[in-house]
Amino acid sequence: MYKLLLCWRYLRTRWIALASVVSVTLGVATMIVVNAVMAGFSHEMQTRIHGILSDIVFESHSLSGFQDPDWHMEEIRRAAGDNIAGMTPTVAVPAMLSFQVRGQWITRQVMFIGIDADTHASVSDFGEYLQHPANRQQLSFDLREGGYDTQLDADAESEPLRPALENAGWPYRRERVEQEKLWRQQQQAAGGPVRPLDQHVDAVLAATEDPAPPSDTTNSTDLDAAAPIDPFRQARPDEGRTMDPATEQFAGIVPGIGLASFRDRSGVDRFLILPGDDVKVTFPTAGTPPKAVSNTFTVVDFYESKMSEYDSNFVFVPLEELQRMRGMIEPETGIGSVNSIQIKLAEGANLDEVRDALRKAFPPELYAVSTWRDKQGPLLSAVDMEMAVLNILLFLIVAVAGFGILAIFFMIVVEKTRDIGILKAIGAGSSGIAGIFLGYGLALGIVGGGVGMALGLTITWNINNIRQAVEWWTGQRVFDPSIYYFFNIPTIINPFTVSWIIAGAVGIAVAASVLPAFRAARLHPVEALRHE
Amino acid sequence: MSSEFDTAAAQLRLHDATPAPVTSSPVLRGIGLRKKYRSGTSTLEVLRGVDVELAAGEFVAIVGQSGSGKTTLLHLLGLLDAPDGGEVHLAGTRIDTLSSSKQDLIRNTQIGMVFQSYHLLPELDAVENVLAPLYVRYGMLEWLRRRHDARQEAVALLERFGLGARLSHRPRQLSGGEMQRVAIARALIARPQLLLADEPTGNLDAASGAGILETLTELNQSDGLSIVMVTHDTAIAARAGRVIKLADGCVEQQLTTPGRSAHAPPDFHERPARAGG
Ligand SMILES: Nc1ncnc2c1ncn2[C@@H]1O[C@H](COP(=O)(O)OP(=O)(O)OP(=O)(O)O)[C@@H](O)[C@H]1O
Ligand SMILES: [Mg+2]
Repeated sequence: MYKLLLCWRYLRTRWIALASVVSVTLGVATMIVVNAVMAGFSHEMQTRIHGILSDIVFESHSLSGFQDPDWHMEEIRRAAGDNIAGMTPTVAVPAMLSFQVRGQWITRQVMFIGIDADTHASVSDFGEYLQHPANRQQLSFDLREGGYDTQLDADAESEPLRPALENAGWPYRRERVEQEKLWRQQQQAAGGPVRPLDQHVDAVLAATEDPAPPSDTTNSTDLDAAAPIDPFRQARPDEGRTMDPATEQFAGIVPGIGLASFRDRSGVDRFLILPGDDVKVTFPTAGTPPKAVSNTFTVVDFYESKMSEYDSNFVFVPLEELQRMRGMIEPETGIGSVNSIQIKLAEGANLDEVRDALRKAFPPELYAVSTWRDKQGPLLSAVDMEMAVLNILLFLIVAVAGFGILAIFFMIVVEKTRDIGILKAIGAGSSGIAGIFLGYGLALGIVGGGVGMALGLTITWNINNIRQAVEWWTGQRVFDPSIYYFFNIPTIINPFTVSWIIAGAVGIAVAASVLPAFRAARLHPVEALRHE
Repeated sequence: MSSEFDTAAAQLRLHDATPAPVTSSPVLRGIGLRKKYRSGTSTLEVLRGVDVELAAGEFVAIVGQSGSGKTTLLHLLGLLDAPDGGEVHLAGTRIDTLSSSKQDLIRNTQIGMVFQSYHLLPELDAVENVLAPLYVRYGMLEWLRRRHDARQEAVALLERFGLGARLSHRPRQLSGGEMQRVAIARALIARPQLLLADEPTGNLDAASGAGILETLTELNQSDGLSIVMVTHDTAIAARAGRVIKLADGCVEQQLTTPGRSAHAPPDFHERPARAGG
């Protein structure tokens, strides 16, 4: 009983001891914040990776792929049974994406992916990453009549707008075509030579201060043939007629947003191309040896997974269009080939088991089966590793705090020597005396850990407010969205982690009080009473 | 918390183990007590075979020059220190060889101690200081059950010593005489058989010292409490029933104060003084 009472009284009258746990408090708070942010990042990244990649990817080793995806899907279903929730065939080939900005050709290396608009959203979060609300419901490769999101995230208020998307879609396309026509008429009236269109468009746009730069409007099947011929001539080789770009479009394409825009220092997105613009893609055909072919597509939406690796690499087009252009459709039977099948598993299915079952069912020389974790294994384990190292370092800080507690406890034992003698004189046992100091250490640990937890949780919950305050105060961007691709610092508080941190801190405080407690217990009562 | 004391009490059964009539054996007895202190190469023999006896209800004063070993002797009798030779008996049972937990229990329940410099716990107020031995004895639950009675008893003791208005004062808010009276109340709260006081008036002015002495005398006479008091003031020693004088580590002289021996059994009076007189 006296142990509790004295612990409490010592705690109340010895603020210096509380000072010694300040470092424990700070250590605990830091650990909680760091873990929450790291877990938030890790989770965000995993969900994104997982959202982009389907659960299991079944792919061919060759670029030309395998024939008859329907037969393969049936076989997969037979091998994996009820574990399959959805499947979609895709074709992915490396390609070059080219578009023209103010008279300059910009070419980027991309992964060109043909997807089935109807089923693709059922195997991954693909749909959620699109910019048009209707496309998020059901992707269509037809250009929309406007209505693209101008806000980055619907529930975030402070985030910068994407004003350029306001007008995107058909209105933008019509406006652009109108401007071009106007310019051509002016040129003809002036009797000037007909020069390549884009330079003039550039001039027109510069004059009107349009924030959206123009893109390529020459519709040639070959990049080299960007000649001053009629820019509105139909490009598709299989259709010999001329199209009207104000009312018609090429095959739809959904490039990653990182290919089409960049974020400036103020956090506003600047677009190089917009939905409604046309772009060129050059890619290898399925034959041997592969030949490079080019085609023109109309941008209908952007893909934004917020993983810059994917956003600046992926370009999506309709599967059938790509199959046809690459010559992947058997002319006689009309059966196409694909080079991978994306598989979504049913709730609760074991990822690795299904993968292994599929590996057994199909010859490994022809097909590779991998889970999304396999695909991103090195990245995920690097993040885990980073988290472990950080935790060890931070825990060492708390451990160092333990030595502070040790020193202060020794001081308190010396200071309380006479009281210890008194307690022994009135019959307190050595274990009881040790109990006072162990209990004291425990109490300090709980106070330190508890305050640290409160502090850590408060900081974590308000981390974005704090970030804004710091940014306002220093005028510097603390968390640069152009680097991280999200505006709010993501956090996840794992109660299990928090309790481990608190337990560790309390454990250290108790461990640090063991030595002083032992010393106090060993004090000889007479020596202690004579102590002045 | 309480269990260590409960089991010790069960094992000890101090009173059951000594069914012999109390009158025939003294409450406290030190036989041939020796204590030496070693500092470096030299050895200081502070006590060299001291015999003391305290009958039930007796009030004995121990006197002697400074450094003669009075405090040392009292610590041996109160189990605060272990003798290098000799025995300590409490109510017929040898106690100096008991396990430390049993000794803790005896200190807690059988012996009350009062010190020259009061030795109150500064974090506790007067009532809590008085209750300290009970805090030590009882575990949490046991304490919660007894807290009310115990507190009343502590308040009653403090009121008896004229401290009714000082109940929630901390030691540093009390005068020396008041602190010593709180200390005496603390020594008595467990209702011990024996009170050991080491110069209880040593730090006090004459008037407060006289008050403390009055209190002790009254406890001895009306409550029959057995008291051993160390002092080097012969005038104070004269208030006791018997005076033991220490010199050179031995009992030099035992004097019986006439008229102050009401509670001492007859055979103590006839005991011859040890060593030259
Ligand atoms: N721990 C120790 N180590 C060495 N010598 C000690 C120790 N404790 C006490 N002494 C010595 O033992 C002797 C007796 O001390 P003690 O305190 O018993 O004397 P005392 O009679 O109570 O004196 P006073 O009247 O001044 O209180 C002293 O000479 C003292 O120096
Ligand atoms: Mg002394």
